[in-house]
Amino acid sequence: MEPLDSLASIYPESRFSRDAAFQAAFESDGLTVFRAKPRAVVIPESAEEVIQTIRWCHEHAVPFVARGSGTSLSGGSLPVADGIVIALNRLNRILKIDPVERIAVVEPGVVNQHVSDAAASEGLYYAPDPSSQSICTIGGNLAFNSGGAHCLKYGMTSNHVIGCKAVLATGEVVTMGGESLETVGPDFTGLFVGSEGLFGVAIEITLRLLPKPEQFHTVLVGYDSLQAAGDAVSAVIDSGLLPGALEIMDALSIEAAEAAVACGYPPGAAAVLIVELEGPREKIEQERQQLDEILTSTEPFAQRVAVDEADRLFIWKGRKSAFSAVGRLSPDFLVQDGVVPRSRLGEALVRIQQLSAEANIRVANVFHAGDGNLHPLIMFDGSQPGALHRAEELAAKLSRLCIEMGGSITGEHGVGMEKRDFLPEMFDEPTIRMMHRIREAMDPKVIANPGKMFPGKEAPALSKVGLHPLEKAGVISRE
Amino acid sequence: MLHEIKPEQHPPLGQEMADAISTCVHCGFCLAACPTYKELGQEADSPRGRIVLMKEVLEGNLELESALPHIDPCLGCLACEPACPSGVPYRDLISPFRAQSESKRQRSLSQRLTRWMTQFTLPYPKRFRLAAKTGKLAKPLSFLLPRSMRVMLDLLPPRLPKQQDWKENYPAIGNQRARVALLTGCAQSVLDPDINTATIEVLNRNGVEVVVPKNQGCCGALSWHVGNLPQARQFASQNVHAFPEDVDAIVTNAAGCGSGMHEYHLILKGTADEAKAESFRHRVQDVASFLMQLGDLKTPPDLGRTRRIAYHDACHLANAQGVRAEPRNLLRMIPGVELREINDAHLCCGSAGTYNIDQPEIAASLGKQKASNVIATAAEVVATGNIGCMTQLSNHLTKQESGIQVQHTMQVLRDAYLASETE
Repeated sequence: MEPLDSLASIYPESRFSRDAAFQAAFESDGLTVFRAKPRAVVIPESAEEVIQTIRWCHEHAVPFVARGSGTSLSGGSLPVADGIVIALNRLNRILKIDPVERIAVVEPGVVNQHVSDAAASEGLYYAPDPSSQSICTIGGNLAFNSGGAHCLKYGMTSNHVIGCKAVLATGEVVTMGGESLETVGPDFTGLFVGSEGLFGVAIEITLRLLPKPEQFHTVLVGYDSLQAAGDAVSAVIDSGLLPGALEIMDALSIEAAEAAVACGYPPGAAAVLIVELEGPREKIEQERQQLDEILTSTEPFAQRVAVDEADRLFIWKGRKSAFSAVGRLSPDFLVQDGVVPRSRLGEALVRIQQLSAEANIRVANVFHAGDGNLHPLIMFDGSQPGALHRAEELAAKLSRLCIEMGGSITGEHGVGMEKRDFLPEMFDEPTIRMMHRIREAMDPKVIANPGKMFPGKEAPALSKVGLHPLEKAGVISRE
Repeated sequence: MLHEIKPEQHPPLGQEMADAISTCVHCGFCLAACPTYKELGQEADSPRGRIVLMKEVLEGNLELESALPHIDPCLGCLACEPACPSGVPYRDLISPFRAQSESKRQRSLSQRLTRWMTQFTLPYPKRFRLAAKTGKLAKPLSFLLPRSMRVMLDLLPPRLPKQQDWKENYPAIGNQRARVALLTGCAQSVLDPDINTATIEVLNRNGVEVVVPKNQGCCGALSWHVGNLPQARQFASQNVHAFPEDVDAIVTNAAGCGSGMHEYHLILKGTADEAKAESFRHRVQDVASFLMQLGDLKTPPDLGRTRRIAYHDACHLANAQGVRAEPRNLLRMIPGVELREINDAHLCCGSAGTYNIDQPEIAASLGKQKASNVIATAAEVVATGNIGCMTQLSNHLTKQESGIQVQHTMQVLRDAYLASETE
């Protein structure tokens, strides 16, 4: 019997596929420059099926990638060529909402937004809000320690996952953390969160829920220059205010968002800043006056306060659709995710503009200004010879810029396939060795999402110059 | 998304299809909006997955037969379009793709028979009326028929309304403010001819003269949306010649027809009527949208009682034509109307042209969910703007033993105008 047949025997026919259509549909995620065809796709409907699948992979040393909605912007859920894709979409049950303990226990395929929807009647919500929250799944959020606009105040996914049951790449089922914020020993849950699927697959995740803020105060501010918007961010933070979110979009991304959702941002703005205060009514009443004064001192040319919840969501809609909306301005683009110290934001923006001008490549900027997380969107037309290569060169320069400035190559999208070359530039050798040892403790056969995060021998380093060795070998292909 | 499609190899709409694919950035936002993704829960049955599959087929990297099991369940509801931040015109891809794959695909005998039956009867009111009457007689024998044909029989109403014919001209009542031509539709004119009568009445009362062109035919949407390009072309061509130039708008009252007529430029591309189609489609407008644009409408009398009305968005009105607020505003104009929103309003009811017949399981599941959500509004009436949705809603509301009445927005409005004269 072919080994794959024994994997197939775990599933009914409709949920195991080595069909060409499935291989094509699953060949990439939110980063389409990388594509790889899996050997088979399985669609488990129970944790038990996930466990059996991983045990099978371990036994036969076949690599696997777990995948939720495939929205990764770093190629994190790109299939391993000839490996297994475990599509977790149907593990989408919310197992428990406990309004007293303020926790939710969910399966990995639950959509981020659905957690908040389910908790809404209890006056609770799940705080991390990636722009793709309407479709991205908690499993993927956990694997990549996803952020979102409101992570400035509330922290990233890792601050909201308090426990998890996972199948390690060895097939062992382990429990980390629990329903309490207090844990014994090191923060193993924290170690698992953001491990990019290299340790195994979470099958049951315990999330912290927060009471919905009583009041929001959302202001949309237009500036004549990107620098002025950046300075305004510093002014707000320096005043001691901690808004729920502080977001900046530049002219190009405003143009894109406007085309996509007609979000009514101030016409002619070189940059807009979205500031959102949230909390108890009395506190917000006080803080909004303070914010008004600060914003007035930054000399904006336009300012608008959301009049009601619908208006507030409308302002956010522009911001949240910005990435994909750039598809209207350019046939292809690369989303970057670097971080710089917030105090050097203005400087970083100027450098990005210079690098963009030098390379003669348009770059739109959308960023979580409050925590210095930049999202330059490098636009190119992939049908032009060499265009992707030039865009990747610019991306490399932007990543190095962030490292030089004392920041990070990734804020919330993860290293994935895209930025793995830069990991050794951020960490010294002993640190990288430690990471490898930890990984091997969880996955001795290196079968869980191999090829991601580390430039390693299991999949040769991604070259920014010329063809990737796997491409030369015809194993993966880039469009 | 990058592709290696050679548009010239896929005439006449290769360029349109390639452009739609280029616009997709594979972000996955469409997954949240897609009813079939919700039902089937797998990437290949999502808009994003289907775009990749169609791309692969057009590039020659995937066999058509491998892609079809995932392309066929697409409702064509276009819920993915408003959900798409990049603005992928999915309609420019799905219908042309279906049209060009039709000649290359294998269909079973029963599939071919069902397709032939629907396409030979539905678009022709006389044949449809006859078939519907025959079908009714055949109901007791339905267990002998293939599944898809049984579904067809199930959809037939217990009795057909009396046949109605319309005059060529209905003058405005009072001061004439506009002049429009009305598409009377095919299946609708048999299943519920009163919708046209109500539409004419509402327009007339608001100072609009209505002409009903004699030589008009089916709009062609049914044929176009299932990939029968030759038949769609024949109907579209007939209509671009049948409708007069000297009207303010070509008014439709069936969402599917309106959306199909907005796509005449695609249907007629590469034919002698190409240029005519381009100007024609811009003159097509749904009656609700036309009325709101006309403005200064007559307010129906206040009868001093409240009426709870739920409004159901027909996909081909809301998604395909962007008409959402207009019908709601028309209903709100009626004194005493309490408008109720339906949960999961963005989900298709499963009617979608002949989808009921082609994909009965998904259609039934969606219909059931929609009916439950309508019932949860505790409305007395559910109003909508498409005959297909009306049939599906009635069918599933009846199955759940609900007494909620299904009406076209124009029927609700007409009844409100007439109420003053009868009471």
